Formats: sequence, C-alpha cells, structure tokens
Amino acid sequence: MQKTILTVDDSRAMRDMLRHSLMAAGFKVLQADDGLHGLELLETEMPDVIVTDINMPRMDGFGFIEAVRAHESRRAVPVLVLTTEVDIDKKQRAKEAGATGWIVKPFDPARLVEAIRRVSS
Amino acid sequence: MDPMAAIRETFFQECEEQLGELEAGLLLMENGTAEAETVNAVFRAVHSIKGGAGIFALDALVRFAHVFETALDRVRSGQMEASPPVLNLLLRAADVLADLVRAAREGGVADAAHVASLVVEFNQINSGAKPPAPAPIPTPVQQWEIIFTPRPELYAKANETALLLRELQRLGEMRVVLNASRLPELAELEPEGAYLTWCITLEADCTAQAVRAVFEFVEDDCELEITQALPAEPALVPGSIITGDNGFSFEFFPPVEAEEEPAPEPEPARVVQKPPTQEVAAAAREEARTATIRVDLDRVDRMIDLVGELVINEAMLSQRVLEAGLARASGVAMALEELEHLTREIQDSVMAIRAQPVRSVFQRMPRLVREVAAQTGKQVRLVTEGEGTEVDKTVIERIADPLNHMIRNAIDHGLESPEKRLAAGKPAEGQVKLAAMHRSGRIVLEVSDDGGGINRARVKQKAIENGVIGPDAQLSDDEIDNLIFLPGFSTASTISDISGRGVGMDVVRQSVAALGGRISIASKPGLGSTFTLSLPLTLAVLDGMVVAACGHILIIPLGTIVETLKPKAADVFPLDNGINVLRLRGGYVPMVDVAVALGYSERRIDPEQSVALLVEGEGGLRAVLLVDAIHGQRQVVIKSLEANYRAVPGIAAATVMGDGRVALILDVDAVLRNNRNETARAEPARAELTLQEAI
Repeated sequence: MQKTILTVDDSRAMRDMLRHSLMAAGFKVLQADDGLHGLELLETEMPDVIVTDINMPRMDGFGFIEAVRAHESRRAVPVLVLTTEVDIDKKQRAKEAGATGWIVKPFDPARLVEAIRRVSS
Repeated sequence: MDPMAAIRETFFQECEEQLGELEAGLLLMENGTAEAETVNAVFRAVHSIKGGAGIFALDALVRFAHVFETALDRVRSGQMEASPPVLNLLLRAADVLADLVRAAREGGVADAAHVASLVVEFNQINSGAKPPAPAPIPTPVQQWEIIFTPRPELYAKANETALLLRELQRLGEMRVVLNASRLPELAELEPEGAYLTWCITLEADCTAQAVRAVFEFVEDDCELEITQALPAEPALVPGSIITGDNGFSFEFFPPVEAEEEPAPEPEPARVVQKPPTQEVAAAAREEARTATIRVDLDRVDRMIDLVGELVINEAMLSQRVLEAGLARASGVAMALEELEHLTREIQDSVMAIRAQPVRSVFQRMPRLVREVAAQTGKQVRLVTEGEGTEVDKTVIERIADPLNHMIRNAIDHGLESPEKRLAAGKPAEGQVKLAAMHRSGRIVLEVSDDGGGINRARVKQKAIENGVIGPDAQLSDDEIDNLIFLPGFSTASTISDISGRGVGMDVVRQSVAALGGRISIASKPGLGSTFTLSLPLTLAVLDGMVVAACGHILIIPLGTIVETLKPKAADVFPLDNGINVLRLRGGYVPMVDVAVALGYSERRIDPEQSVALLVEGEGGLRAVLLVDAIHGQRQVVIKSLEANYRAVPGIAAATVMGDGRVALILDVDAVLRNNRNETARAEPARAELTLQEAI
C-alpha cells in the first residue's frame, strides 16, 4: 500500500525538495506550510508519517507536534522532526512534545526515506 | 527545467524574500518599533536561508548564516541586547548575507575578506556569553576501532559504505584499511554479493553512542564491532549524537519513552486560543499569502510578447478593413473598434503584471545613507516619498545602482559638514529626499538635498583642467551644472571611497539613458540640488510620433519632442562646419536632417518643404530634426534590434506598423551626438530590409 507522508515546512524550496525525494521513493506526499496548516490537513487526512520543521511562522513544530499528539487518533502517527537546529534543548523539547525522531538538515534523501520506512513499518 | 534546478531556483527566490524581511525587520528593530514577532521573523529568515543552503551544499552561505543566526538567537532569547553597535553589525551582516546569496546564485564569489571580518566581529560579540546551545560535555579524544562488514541486504537498501565513512569522518581523524581477502575470482563474483570488510581507526572526542549512531540504520544489515582502544570512557551523555552543524544526524527517540510520557491532554482548541492580536496578524498574513501567486518572469514576458503581437495584428487588421472601404458604421468596423479597445486593455493589464512599487529599491536606501553618513561624518536624514509608485520590474532593477550613486553623491558632495551647516544657519542635520511620482506617462524620480548646491566656480575650473571645455568657454549656470554629467568629470579633489568609485555622474546618465530615461539637475547655491530622473513606465511599448524621411517610416519617441515647427528659410543659418542652425525665439538650435543622418539620402531637404521637430535629448541638448512629413502619433510595441538583427547606431529599436511594415525607432540622443561628428551611414536602411524579411 502506498504510504502517505505529510511534510510541514515553511520553505517552499524545502517542501519541493521533500516532495521530490519522497515521491521518487514511492510515497504519496501532502504538504503544509506551517503547523496550523498541517493541523487543518489532519482534519481530513491521516498520513502514515509526518515530517515537520521546527522554526515556522504562525505555529512552530513544537506546538504542531503537541497538537498532533493531543488527539487520540493521531497518537500512533510517527512524527519526524527535520530541522537545522542542533540545540539539545530544542531536541529535548521536541521529544517531550511527542516527536518520534530528529533529523538534522541537510538531509540525505535516501536516509530520510530510510528513516520514514523504519518508523512506519 | 530539471526538478533540482527548479527547486534551487525556488530556494533563491525565497532567499530574496527572506532577505527583504530580514532587512525590514532589522530596520524596525533599529527604530525601536519591533515587536517580539519581528525579532522571530528576522531569526527565521536567516535560519531558513541556512537550512535551504544546506540542501544545496552552499557551505560558505551556511557557515555565515550560522554565526549570524547564533547572534540573532541570543538577541531573541534576551541574552544580548540589540544595542546600536549590535544592530549595526546585524545590518551589515544582512548585506553580506545578500552578497553570499547572490554569489551562490550566480556562481560568483563574495568578498571573502569582508565575510571573514564580520565573522570575527560576530565571534567577539558572541563570546563572553554563555553559548546558545548547551555544549555537549567535552570528552577527551579517544581511539575507536571499528570493524564493519556489510551484508548484501545493506546494499539492497540503497546504503553506501562511502556515505557512512564520510559520516564517520566528521567525528574525527580516521584511518581506513580495506580488507578484500574474501573477494572471490571474477567468475565466481556475485554481482549483488558483499565481500568487503573495512577496518577503521577513529580518533575522536565522542562517545561510543555517537560512533554507533553513524551505523544506526545499517546495523541490522552488517557485522559491526566497535571497540575502544583507550580505557575509561566517560559517562554517556544521553542524546549526545551530535555531528557538525552541517552534518547529517538522525536520532530515533526510543518509542518506550514516548509512551512513558504520554502527551498531556490539552484541550484540542488550545491551539486556536491565541491572543486576538496574533490571530488577526496571522489572518492578515494568510490573506496576503492567498492574494498573490508566484509566476515565472519568463511566462509573463512571453505573454507580453504575445500581447505585443496581438496589438500589431489588430492594427494590421484595422488597416485592411479601412482599405477595404467598409463604412465606419458597418458591423465589422464596430466589432473591430471593440477589439481594439479590448486589446489596449489587455496590454495595459499585462504591463501592470510587471509593474512593481519602487519600495523595494527605496528600502535599501536607509542603510546606504547610514553608512555614507558614518563614513563622511555628516548628519543625514533621509526622507522618502511615493514608495508605492509602480514601475516596470526591469526599470526597478536597473535603477537601483544609479540611485545608489546619486544618494552617495548627495551626501558626500551635496551636504556640508555639520559645522559648516551650523555656520550657514542651517540645522546640523542635512536632509536627502528621495521621491517617486508618475508624471505624464513617465515615472519621475527625484534625489534632492538641502546642501550647498553645485559649486559652479569649482565645476567650471575642473572642467577646464580636465580639458572638457576650453578655458574661455562662456557657459550658462545650467550648462555648468550639466558639466558634471560629462565623462571623466569628478569634482572631488581626492577620489573618495564614497562617491569616487571610478563611476561618475556620466555613468549614471548612461545607465538612465539605456532605460530610455533622462536626467537633469537643478541647483541653487546654498540651498541644495535636485537631480531628476525621468523614465518610461515600461520598456515594452513606446509613445511615438510616426514620421516619414526620404520614403522611410520612422518613429520618434514622443517624450523627446518639445514641439513641431514649420521653419522659414530666413531663419536658417549655415555654420562653417556644415551644420545649419535655426533661429528660434532669439536662440539658435542646430538642425539635423534625419534622412541624411541615417544615410537614407545624400541631399538635404529644403527646410521650407520639411516639417521640423524640436527635440530635447539627454543633458538638455536640443536640436531640430527635419523630416518630410508627420503621419501621426501612436503607441508602438518595441522590438529589440539586437535580438532580431544587431545594434544600429542612431536607431533604438524597431516596431511593426499596422500595414505590416517595419519602422525603426529613432535614438534621438545618438542622432544628436552623431550630428556633432557627422558620419553618414547606410546601416539603418540595411537593418530595415533585413528585418522586413525576417518578420
């Protein structure tokens, strides 16, 4: 079954990059340009994995992950954080918010795909 | 375009936007009107650029963005105060960041020394404070022995040893020995088999966990032995999988932990319950986002081209219908009129797509003013007006440099020092005003200062010294003022770093002229100078006068025409150098026979049989152009000569008339200049023929 990935990033270049890499790996890709937009999409869609950025306008990655986890039905969705942040505090916050994994940009598409496969299998 | 190139382009477009936000935000911070969100937005801008730059391995950009971001993060978190010196550094850093982005985009190189000096400054302000990120507990350098033997599955999952080794190398010094002893004979070699073992000695100040993390994804698909060559490994630091800034790392949080700490059960609506101000701001941003779309400039230009063709075709059709002798009230003629109307509207709408407010250029000026003021020790206030005035994108892009130069000049040469100003009874702070407005179908930009005005005695003396004018030349005040536009002219006694960068006002004049614009100056001693740029709103259409010269149809840009005349033989006087002048209201204006100037004809037409157009070129140079007749006035679509033929002296561009014939658009300035050192040419006639065949 084709898996659906929701990517949440405010940079269009990054979203394009993710879509390009993930579609090439055979995933269906949904895109949101910040946390609030991501939540809107989650009203109607249920992705298999979520990949989110941290620094975004309107609603950042922490708020987004918390909101995702706040919903019973979305507890099981793996959320990978894809960010340029290397700050351990931030990573801890992401973990506390309920992130499944943490990937530091620049990402290697093959390894991102691998990470997604791992958390979604 | 291949997808990666397209994504790269998107990234650079985003960079431009981020740089704009960065600058705007920093300026707000400088004015003291920044809100917390502004500081966040500024941080995010640099952060996004860094993130994107990482994807495309733009290392120089990543490195600089990183130190920049570190400083911003400290401002954001309140660890560092946004004091004037800090803001000054941040503003300069924004400039450098823009340079680096541009260099990356165009494949050029930014000024490395400048970048390095800013990095040093950043390190200075960043040091002495606690580091923004809690540094991982330093571990002494240790030696690790790693024996790595991939299994075929590892390769089947698109993993590569080289990538893993590269990751490992980021941790420290590494020696690799390949053990290929299991490699069979070629005949027995399985193409998808795995036969190699790598023995790696790594010297790094990291934990075993960090080393293992490199193999995180492949450890199930390989034999992996990691041993420590030196004893006494310090306590493991949880989550210390750290690679370089630029490095990839992935950490899989143990799922157990996630379950141990069930997410709190906040009200789902909590997210939406934000303070109303934020909500409003967010709504406004949302609106701004949905109200615009991003379109490739190529597509817009293609459309402009097509609309140009449409306009020409419509004109041709009208002509045919007219020739067919249909009555004006006939259905065809009326429908045609409607079509003409629509075509014009489409044309205007399409042109409006390329139009942008001059704000983007104006916004760059406050910083420039600040810099130049600091360098010259002058106090300057910049006043801008008409930032919303819209003009063609290309005009905007090309006007930035000339404006830059004019503002530098206004501060450096125009304004006096605070002491002099006070002595002259003026406020110590000088004013430079930058204004934009629409005036009779053109955009007018004014740069004015309230300085000392042009020092005419010095200008004249300099011009004589430089051999620009003769020692006994009698010049009016206006003519003296206009001397500064001549090539090689500079009044600064020493070439200053500010305005004497090898470019003078003549370069400004040339770049303005290249845009179909004109520049003029008005100066009052003791009160200041005003430079006025007049530019066409668009570079795609032109209002022109259709004239005939020796059987050829020519277009003279309407903007250059002052008036039309019917000369009398009694007012024409020949000069020794073969040029005729026309007496006009007490003055004398040189006459140019257009047909002769363009090489259509050898013989001059009789002025009394001709129509004369008084034109004014750049620098206020005037002449009377003689043509056979005037056919009317119309808007023409500009077709580049360079793109379809080649540049022709005396001709600015070409267009296609309603009857399908090519008409050349006269380059009035070139013709006026050529008139001084008269050289006849046949080039325009040839260009016309070639184009006629091509179209």
